[in-house]
Amino acid sequence: MVYLDNSATTKPWPAVMKSYEQAAVSYFGNPSSLHRLGSDAETLLKKARESLASLLQVKSEELIFTSGGTEGNNLAIKGIALQHQNRGKHIITSSVEHPSVKEAFSDLQAFGFEVTYVPVDKEGKVHPDEVEKAIRQDTILVSIIHVNNEMGTIQPIEEIGNRLKKYPKLYFHTDHVQGAGLLPLNFQDCYVDMATISGHKFHGLKGTGLLYKREGVVLSPLFHGGGQEQELRPGTENVPGVVAMAKALRLTREQLQSNSNRLVTMKDYLMDSLLNLEEAKVNTPIESSAMHIVNVSFPGMKPEVIVQSLTKRGFHISTKSACSSKLEEPSEVIQAAGLGLERAKSAVRISLSIDTEEQDVKEFVDQLKETLTEMNKVLGAKRS
Amino acid sequence: MRYDHILVRYGELALKGKNRNDFEKRLRRNIQHALRSHSSCKVKRTYGRMVIELRGEEPGPVMEKIKPIFGISSFSLAMKSPNEFDEIKETALQAFEQTEGRKDTFKVSARRSYKSFPVRSQDLNKEIGAHILRNTEDVRVDVHHPDVEVTVEVREQGTYITCGRTQGAGGLPVGTAGKVALMLSGGIDSPVAGYLAMKRGAEIEAVHFHSPPFTNERARKKVEDLTKVLTRFGGPITLHVVPFTELQQAIHKEIPSNYAMTIMRRMMLRITERLAQARHMKAIVNGESLGQVASQTLESMYTINEVTNTPILRPLVTMDKQEVVDISKGIETYSISILPYEDCCTIFLPDDSVTKPRRDKAAYFEEGFDFEPLIKDAINRVETVKMEEKAAIEEEMDDLL
Repeated sequence: MVYLDNSATTKPWPAVMKSYEQAAVSYFGNPSSLHRLGSDAETLLKKARESLASLLQVKSEELIFTSGGTEGNNLAIKGIALQHQNRGKHIITSSVEHPSVKEAFSDLQAFGFEVTYVPVDKEGKVHPDEVEKAIRQDTILVSIIHVNNEMGTIQPIEEIGNRLKKYPKLYFHTDHVQGAGLLPLNFQDCYVDMATISGHKFHGLKGTGLLYKREGVVLSPLFHGGGQEQELRPGTENVPGVVAMAKALRLTREQLQSNSNRLVTMKDYLMDSLLNLEEAKVNTPIESSAMHIVNVSFPGMKPEVIVQSLTKRGFHISTKSACSSKLEEPSEVIQAAGLGLERAKSAVRISLSIDTEEQDVKEFVDQLKETLTEMNKVLGAKRS
Repeated sequence: MRYDHILVRYGELALKGKNRNDFEKRLRRNIQHALRSHSSCKVKRTYGRMVIELRGEEPGPVMEKIKPIFGISSFSLAMKSPNEFDEIKETALQAFEQTEGRKDTFKVSARRSYKSFPVRSQDLNKEIGAHILRNTEDVRVDVHHPDVEVTVEVREQGTYITCGRTQGAGGLPVGTAGKVALMLSGGIDSPVAGYLAMKRGAEIEAVHFHSPPFTNERARKKVEDLTKVLTRFGGPITLHVVPFTELQQAIHKEIPSNYAMTIMRRMMLRITERLAQARHMKAIVNGESLGQVASQTLESMYTINEVTNTPILRPLVTMDKQEVVDISKGIETYSISILPYEDCCTIFLPDDSVTKPRRDKAAYFEEGFDFEPLIKDAINRVETVKMEEKAAIEEEMDDLL
């Protein structure tokens, strides 16, 4: 089995599962309870928070634990919008966001917010000029994805952040879900006020995540309850999940150093092989794209069929992003990049992780070629 | 070339003779202990100061660990150069360029304690200054109020160059003054008292009175956490947890309620004194401040103090509450101290405590019941834990992360 859908989710590492299990069993107390079990759980949570904060180079108090990327994005976006709507009701995002950002913005439109969608170029890239042009007197929020989950394009977050710091009235949020593992941002250098991270994208568990919120940024919570997480995310803390996320992020950072060259080599091999394929149109830009995502279209073919055929051979890739791939609709991201409807309808995504072996990628390319030959035969037969 | 050394200076070390050696040894040990997680670092004593060789460790976290150590007056990041004039000039330029913060103006202060070096310090100042001016833009010399003072020290083993200095914690190295027993409740005052005793070189062992089930696990955890914070200022601290429930119940039953508080304090002091004697501690430290609460009137101190002739040090005796709060915030014990868990002083606390207790009355009430067996029993059951910055359970937790 070769798993190449790591942007959808990653396989939890055994060491992460072990930490999860031990934390869940040995420290099952509620961190708010007064007894020893409670205080032990609280201590463990505090340590996990400190560990994550030091990996992310921020303060412990700046982390709010959530259930994952979707919640983090919603909390940041709606939290700012609701809290600061008296200052203005204009918000900005890009045309290539994850559904959890896009839909949060369109929900806010129903509440009287005005949204500007900043366009992207053919590489799927947002230009800092365009972001700055969109700013108005009443703009309170800009949210730009860091690494696009479909095309792998890396957005110039640092450059945008440096431009936005001149506008103290607005907040800058980035969806850091695809970048947190392999392309970590330094939030201070990027002048980011908030950043969303999800645990299962770097070999942690589903249902875990965090929102970085710079000290001093005031948000309105989505949930109300017992006051946990500085009253911004009440609910009994998911101690083992957070512990697992801390472990996963630490291991990822440790492994990244020794594996990043390997990842780049594998991606280059994949890109080269695909660029040489007659049927393929590579959508992922060669420059400034993440080392783990390759998006490619096969115009005239149904991507579902390619995915199904490869799955039968034991190779797992996806169409578009996992979050929207069940809908049989063309990719909005690829359309936004102006690459045309045909490419948007026929795109598949191959995504790697630290666990991917060079051999896997080589075999994948061979299997893909065979699949394409087979499909051409069928299609050819039909055509004639 | 990068900043790969830290120069550590100690002020009050203008001490004489034998003391100085003890002091330096102790300080070195305390620094080594604080840096034990930075295993590459080496701490060396040179004449009149210490040099930490970073050997590849990041300077930032190391400096953070040095800041709270008592006995250090100041420290600086330094570059080391061989005693070759050209190399010294170049190193000084690098040191200036890599220093952070405002640097529009500078001056060079050279000192040549290695007299065999051929260039005199006046000439060093001039030449190094000129070299920096030639290789930078928009930078001027200002000998009166420079943004950056480039200090060059030529010593036999090599030349150290620093730009600016960071204030150290001051005081004397923990351990140079001997050992004291700190009466540690969970409140704001006693950790600050412990901190101040450490500042003057005392090594502390903490004594805490625990009354389960009336005081809960959280209250005990709180005291452990406070002790742990104090380890930052000078190594591991032994914590003695005295089981106090039986004595408190006996006091509650046998002593008129308006004297219960006074007698309870006398019992605590007796127990602490015996622990101190058994472990060669020469003084008791507590967090009393004159007149702050009922038990801290002069009359009250006079009556309570009667039971011991071991010196009681009260570092906070003249401080206002706000001064104590400010220190406790500074040393990061405040947020732990204000957690709302009861300690043994707040339970059984009668409303009618006398504010001016008398020695004769206290002694008279104590005679009515034989407390000695309970005192002995409590001492026998003392639980002694060595608090490191990290306890065993926390290491277990760290493995999970």
